[in-house]
Amino acid sequence: MSNMLEVKDLKAYYGPSQALHGISFSLSKGGITTLLGANGAGKTTTLRAICGMVRAEGSVIIDGEPVTGKATESVVRLGVGHVPEGRGTFTELSVEENLRVAAYTRRDKAAAARDLEMVFTYFPRLKERMAQQAGTLSGGEQQMLAISRALMLGPRLMLLDEPSFGLAPLIVQEIFRIMRRINEEAKVSMLLVEQNAALALELADHAYVLETGRVVMSGTSAEVRSDEQIRKSYLGY
Amino acid sequence: MEQLLQQVASGLANGAIYALLALALVMIFVSTNHINFAQGEMAMFSAFVCWQLLNWGYSFWVALPATMLFSFTIGVLIERIILRPLHTAPLLSVVVVFIGLLAIFHSLAGAIWTHTVKPFPSPFPDFSLVHSGIIGPHQIGMVVVAVGMLGLLFCFFRFTPLGLAMRAAALNATSARLVGINVDWMLALGWGLAATVGSVAGVLVAPVVYLEPNMMAGILLYGFAGALVGGISSPGGAVAGGFIVGVLENMVAYLGNMLERATGFYLIGNGEKLTVALIIVITVLTLKPSGLFGHVTVKRV
Repeated sequence: MSNMLEVKDLKAYYGPSQALHGISFSLSKGGITTLLGANGAGKTTTLRAICGMVRAEGSVIIDGEPVTGKATESVVRLGVGHVPEGRGTFTELSVEENLRVAAYTRRDKAAAARDLEMVFTYFPRLKERMAQQAGTLSGGEQQMLAISRALMLGPRLMLLDEPSFGLAPLIVQEIFRIMRRINEEAKVSMLLVEQNAALALELADHAYVLETGRVVMSGTSAEVRSDEQIRKSYLGY
Repeated sequence: MEQLLQQVASGLANGAIYALLALALVMIFVSTNHINFAQGEMAMFSAFVCWQLLNWGYSFWVALPATMLFSFTIGVLIERIILRPLHTAPLLSVVVVFIGLLAIFHSLAGAIWTHTVKPFPSPFPDFSLVHSGIIGPHQIGMVVVAVGMLGLLFCFFRFTPLGLAMRAAALNATSARLVGINVDWMLALGWGLAATVGSVAGVLVAPVVYLEPNMMAGILLYGFAGALVGGISSPGGAVAGGFIVGVLENMVAYLGNMLERATGFYLIGNGEKLTVALIIVITVLTLKPSGLFGHVTVKRV
């Protein structure tokens, strides 16, 4: 089995209401898979369910290890870097502290130091802002910090929740270029949730289209892109 | 003039205790949004434990660390066992639990050690260096130990990975989990540290107010006033607030005494110190609820 992530019949609940109705998908090692769909389709919930942030049933297997029902921090320690919706930076800590705290659980401090250097090659701007309070960064810089924080975990798998949200098109392009580099150079598999379907399909190799908590279509990015009907009814371009 | 200096000095000494208690309150508040009403009684109980160890013949060098360790353990256990199941409980349930804890520690101390007032020896030697008459050796000791303790805590939170992880967990629990931090344990550690800080305050103040189950009742109010003045969400502010309240209560009493001596009219004196603390609490809550150094909580809607 060479899949980085294997999700089968995943159901998730917010209190009594069910948000995911048994979705299944997989992500190959080194691949980039994107989840597409309108607001409320269950994209963010899927990422949360993988990380044990919502009540979930079904099977989630990360690199051969079943994680359903595990605590968030245990899933994260398997090498899962979750860049959450709204970025989730520690706004009151400095940029440096945000990056340092992300390496808190790592035993190998030399590897963490190497990863910090790697972060600086991807995002040189963060190096200039090390002492600055994270809350004072621009939106684009905060997104860079959120991705960097996930990188400081030394992840095998990254879950990215709308990295383009609220950012200027130029910044979005820059961030997506760097995500491609991270995927290729650091060999990090990625599960990408996006509203911006055109952008996501360009980066990802596989795509799943969700609607109200169910997978309604899947295939390679090229297939999804070329399906006229899917494009019109779900992706809106 | 000398009397004024005396009053300021003893205000600072008391303020050191209030600062420690205020910090203990703030440490729990920033991570849980709860005010631990039992903080004072826990400190009182710790002071009794220290007294017991001293009574059994151990020196301060053994008794104090042992007391701190004991208090740390109690703090962690309270969080893990009593508060853990209440994480999603309504605020009022938690308040009731705190009041329950207060009553338990209070009556437990009375049951074990009786309600008789006991003297508590000062741990500080009567070094002649400071016989200036302005400040006594115990008062200097209080300030030195409290400031040292605050410095250690500052370094712990500022420079160690564990301290950073605890801050991260308090600031944003969800994000902390997403970098692999076990937030539940960080809360328990925070409780342990707060109880330890409180225990030091209890031991330091016991020689001044004497040892009995009621000894912390008023002092916790001062600590609370200090935390509010400085800003309940700001550890540095709470410490400053503690010192401010300590000096302020003495100044008010001092000025009241001056007034009485000059005019024969009694307005305010030593007896009204606690009232002053309460007035401070109410004034701050009315005029500037976020305190002098706190920040206003803004919620995005």
